[in-house]
Amino acid sequence: MIQVENVSKDFTLHNQNSVVIPVMENANMTVMPGECVGLTGSSGAGKSTLMRMIYGNYLTRSGRIMVGDLDVVTALPREILDLRRDTLGYVSQFLRVVPRVPTLDVVCEPMLAVGMTQDAAHARARELLTRLRIPERLWSLSPLTFSGGEQQRVNIARGFAHEYPAMLLDEPTASLDVANRETVLSLIGQAKARGAAIIGIFHDEAARAQVCDREIDVSAFARKAV
Amino acid sequence: MTPLLQVSGISKYYGTRLGCRDVGFDLYPGEVLGIVGESGSGKSTLLNCLAGHQEPDTGKVVFDTRADGPKDTVTMSEPERRMLSRTDWAFVHQNPRDGLRMGVSAGGNVGERLMAVGARHYGNIRATAIDWLDKVEISQDRTDDRPSQFSGGMQQRLQIARNLVTGPRLIFMDEPTGGLDVSVQARLLDLLRGLVRELGLSAIVVTHDLAVVRLLADRLMVMKDGQVIETGLTDQVLDDPQHGYTQLLVSSVLQV
Repeated sequence: MIQVENVSKDFTLHNQNSVVIPVMENANMTVMPGECVGLTGSSGAGKSTLMRMIYGNYLTRSGRIMVGDLDVVTALPREILDLRRDTLGYVSQFLRVVPRVPTLDVVCEPMLAVGMTQDAAHARARELLTRLRIPERLWSLSPLTFSGGEQQRVNIARGFAHEYPAMLLDEPTASLDVANRETVLSLIGQAKARGAAIIGIFHDEAARAQVCDREIDVSAFARKAV
Repeated sequence: MTPLLQVSGISKYYGTRLGCRDVGFDLYPGEVLGIVGESGSGKSTLLNCLAGHQEPDTGKVVFDTRADGPKDTVTMSEPERRMLSRTDWAFVHQNPRDGLRMGVSAGGNVGERLMAVGARHYGNIRATAIDWLDKVEISQDRTDDRPSQFSGGMQQRLQIARNLVTGPRLIFMDEPTGGLDVSVQARLLDLLRGLVRELGLSAIVVTHDLAVVRLLADRLMVMKDGQVIETGLTDQVLDDPQHGYTQLLVSSVLQV
């Protein structure tokens, strides 16, 4: 479902003496439907960068990144938007939403975008928020006023609302208590069971061991500065 | 799918001074394109050329009309272009005073656009106008007040209602949230996003506010000195900018 082939990436900082920071070279990985692959490596090794490249958020210098039958590296912006709406979900560490929009609507948005009816989307959003233990009295408020852990759970509810065939999870269990951590792991388990291909970053080793079928150390893709 | 708007080779000079040079892009139905750049970078000139407010020196602006399919609006006859700007197009000005009739009631401002496309039944016009005022959160009891009695944020929302009432397919916006309170800005952004999704609108938004384009635009175009220096997905251009100027622009945003 997700295939990364000979991918390389560097950052050029034009305003800081045009420093070129090499990030990775010859990165290769494959994720099959129903499989969860964990990315490992020390902080700064390029785990999030690789994930963002697969999402089309960062440009890739060379190589191929196939998600389904689309090559993200050469795709038009419009094709990536379609991919993100229908096929590829991404749960980042941070919630980014329009201020003052109620939590329930924030969670509904990805479902309405794929054409689900208002009622069905609301029902699914309620179910997810209940499962993730967001108190009902908060649903009509904007998540931007919530605590860090609550924001993250809203982000997860939003990320799992539509059943994407491929998902990228950036530290979904960080800053969660034990019960909520279990809920998130069971959501990941269910997504795998329905055939989703998942790439995850987990600093929580127990969580990684529980949901990941394989691990890939991204330090192997690192390129030494010349 | 046919693009709604195909722009190619748009250049505009003011005498020897450059307005914008050789700009081209495609806009598809339902897509929102953001154009950012500092003041004087040519973004408003470009928008005015696209919307037919100014005549470009060279280039084509091909719009997929309902009746005859793709047609170049630059070479189109004046009446035809005016008809387009009353029906399929809308233009939201930075200053609501430029887009509203200040001496006419709020209801009248919305109703006027309807009459311009042939609506004649007073009851229907008023009902539609009230419906749209409600959509932009202007209460019904303000229908007969003039925009001059409204606050800046209300005027801007009224301008949006006036523009969208005829069901346009393409909406041009010049700094739609400029000069508004941040609280009003957030509400307006949410309103615009909802309308884009529900009505399948396409929009071209000119702004210098990067936070606004991140939330509103699917794609981004960065302009400097009259030329497009970078384009791409909005989040990609903002998170992994390639051009030195874009990097400077993104890294200069103040954090709250």
